[in-house]
Amino acid sequence: MTAIALDRVTISIGNRRILSDVTLTIEDGEFIGMLGPNGAGKTTLMRAILGLVPVTTGTIRVLGAPVGRGNRAVGYMPQTRTSIGGFRLSGRDFVVSAANGHRWGIPWPAKADYREADRALELVGARELAMRPLAETSGGERQRLLLAQALLGSPKLLLLDEPLISLDPHHQADVIELVRRLQKDIGIAVLFSAHELNPLLGTIDRVLYLGNGQAALGPVDEVITSPVLSRLYGSAIEVIRLNGRIFVMSDQYELERGEHLHEQGHAHGHDHA
Amino acid sequence: MSRAMPTGTTMLKYDFIINALAAAGIVAVVAGAVGYFLVLRGQTFAGHALSHVGFAGATGAVLIGLSPFWGLVALTLLAGLAMGFLGERVSGRDVAIGMVLSLSLGLGLLFLHFYTSFAIQATGLLFGNVFGVDRAVVYTLGFIGLTCLIVLAVITRPLLFVTLQPELAEAKSVSPRLLSVLFMAVVALAVAEAAQIVGVLLVFTLMVGPAAAAQRLSSRLGLGVLLAVLLGLGEAWLGITLAYYTDWPVSFWITALSAAVYFASAAKGSLAAAA
Repeated sequence: MTAIALDRVTISIGNRRILSDVTLTIEDGEFIGMLGPNGAGKTTLMRAILGLVPVTTGTIRVLGAPVGRGNRAVGYMPQTRTSIGGFRLSGRDFVVSAANGHRWGIPWPAKADYREADRALELVGARELAMRPLAETSGGERQRLLLAQALLGSPKLLLLDEPLISLDPHHQADVIELVRRLQKDIGIAVLFSAHELNPLLGTIDRVLYLGNGQAALGPVDEVITSPVLSRLYGSAIEVIRLNGRIFVMSDQYELERGEHLHEQGHAHGHDHA
Repeated sequence: MSRAMPTGTTMLKYDFIINALAAAGIVAVVAGAVGYFLVLRGQTFAGHALSHVGFAGATGAVLIGLSPFWGLVALTLLAGLAMGFLGERVSGRDVAIGMVLSLSLGLGLLFLHFYTSFAIQATGLLFGNVFGVDRAVVYTLGFIGLTCLIVLAVITRPLLFVTLQPELAEAKSVSPRLLSVLFMAVVALAVAEAAQIVGVLLVFTLMVGPAAAAQRLSSRLGLGVLLAVLLGLGEAWLGITLAYYTDWPVSFWITALSAAVYFASAAKGSLAAAA
């Protein structure tokens, strides 16, 4: 069975065309790293797969069925815009709030909900830290709780929106390894969006690169090349491979790192050129 | 009240004390439970502003010959529904909310200006007059309070979900707007009730104080709500008792207890974090 199938999909928001006539297929149990410049439509594509953003033309099928809101077989970890670090509620109560959270009524501690939450917490190795208030957890610990929440109800497809954001490299590696282990153990497809390719190298099965309304899906060596990326960025792109790492450069400027660093004023792309 | 009686049981022989305790008890339970979610959602300022809108409602109602209580309830509810409907666009707009708050007080003042004989009651409206509550008001508070609690019980689960994880809740087909409207309606009714006890200016003390302290003291949801209710009940009843024995205003005692409990809980939290 295919996890996600896009057939000639075009998505526009307002006057902006986010995706233009994209066709691609992601198989069951695949680990896909999704990359692309800011605003390329990574989050929009995830929201379209969830049925929250309508396609303008074309069709999206998820796990063999047309997209629909509230699909229990799809786990979703949104990019955390709301700062959950301000809540004084325990991690366990936070995770369990998503179990049957769509139903009306008082959230009496239903044993089944807590069992399900504890199972998910066990999967991500967060049973202990879930007893602490959210306000007292670190960024890496919160990512694990969010991941546990996405795993409620045993989904067959996991959409993870920028789970590495604001984590230091050590915690990034932990999260990637954890997702990889889960994906192998419970056999689910994962769509994992990120700003940087290098932390994901060696872990992902294929890469999905978005840019300029287009998409390229394939093995890293076939997608992360000068011709393909030049087409996606709409300008000349150079790809440099060095010691098992890949640097995507435009005019001596390293693109992926630049997106992280330019707030600090300086990208050190020149060092690698 | 003149000189205090030596034992606690004697104050219960007065009807107005019984009524005050009943009214304050009902309101403390409702305000504690509703306030817990208000604090969790970071909408305490919106709750504070709602009570001020109620002041304009109460004085306006008197001006046109209606009951100030129902004027307060009606306008607060209307403003709550509007805030809930505007939802995301309102929360965080502190300046806009603050402007509505002061405009409402200004309007209330204008209405009082046109209806001068009501001025004496204005203090009661602003700072509360729980000893003036009669049996009929107690029943009304009980009815409105029960309505609040029933609606809150029905929406609690999705409300919690949408508060903690708005994007995920939306992906699971939970409507943030519907919940926001229903919740703000409940908040408005709870605020209107609290204003009967401590007055529109001091609603914060019952709606937010016990709930915020409860969240400091427990990280568990059910226990937190229960604590908020019990703290509110304790503060309200102890406040009335202290007022009876000291002859100082009830609202003063409730605000003092509420602040003391909140700051004690905050200090306990900081100590625990430092240890």
